Amino acid sequence: MARGVSAVIETIKDDSFDNPSEVMKKAAMAMISKVGGASGPLYGSAFLEMSKVIDNEPVPVVVEEGLKAIKKRGQAELKDKTMVDMWAPVVEALKSDTLTEDFIKETMEATKPLKAKKGRASYLNERSIGHLDPGAVSSGYLFEALLKEAEKID
Amino acid sequence: MTKPFGLVLVSHIEELASGLCTLVKQGASNTSVTYSGGTDEGEVGSSFDKIMKAVNDNEADYIYAFYDLGSAKMTLELVSEMSEKTIEIIDAAFVEGAYTAGALIESDNTKETIDEQLGTLIIK
Repeated sequence: MARGVSAVIETIKDDSFDNPSEVMKKAAMAMISKVGGASGPLYGSAFLEMSKVIDNEPVPVVVEEGLKAIKKRGQAELKDKTMVDMWAPVVEALKSDTLTEDFIKETMEATKPLKAKKGRASYLNERSIGHLDPGAVSSGYLFEALLKEAEKID
Repeated sequence: MTKPFGLVLVSHIEELASGLCTLVKQGASNTSVTYSGGTDEGEVGSSFDKIMKAVNDNEADYIYAFYDLGSAKMTLELVSEMSEKTIEIIDAAFVEGAYTAGALIESDNTKETIDEQLGTLIIK
């Protein structure tokens, strides 16, 4: 993840962009190329799909497109203990304009009792219970950053 | 190379991919087999660029692709969406699936026969 996000920062810092979709596309390719783990193709697919709508649609719709891409790529559903367990509740919260930092923290914590059904943790079966899901946590950081940026605009 | 199909092997580990390639080649010496193992830095993981290179370096335009774990599959899917070649990702056991496909391609079987035999090895 750190490698991927560093690559994202590197790839978008020097360029001047005409619209958000260009930033999203660059970020997607950096994540796809540099992460090396499952989160690379998952974030990459999400950012690619979001880049197609970000110039014309409101944030909840954009994030929902990202969620759809993640579900398609990872074949995961809600409660499988994956980043879907962060993205799906966040989409709902965005739609009802109730996304807060506390909500994100609670959503991260809510992955703890779940048993992993997808990804490498699923091989641990019952032993995956009691740990936070790393994909939900990293996605939580992403949405915390989104909230902070939104506050600057307000 | 006149075979209509090629094999691409994708593993999280360089040595696993290259080792499997050596094994598959035992039964498929005239079939194009290319592989990608590990990240760009040689660490455990999968690399979009390395998988794309394995696909491009393969002499066939129709690829049967095998992978070890889930994230290699996801990266492989992205490559298949962006590549001009046709890539069929097979959810079979990595070693048995790849070896079987290699042996079948080598002995000039039809796609139908290849797919039928691979179908019995699907486990993921």
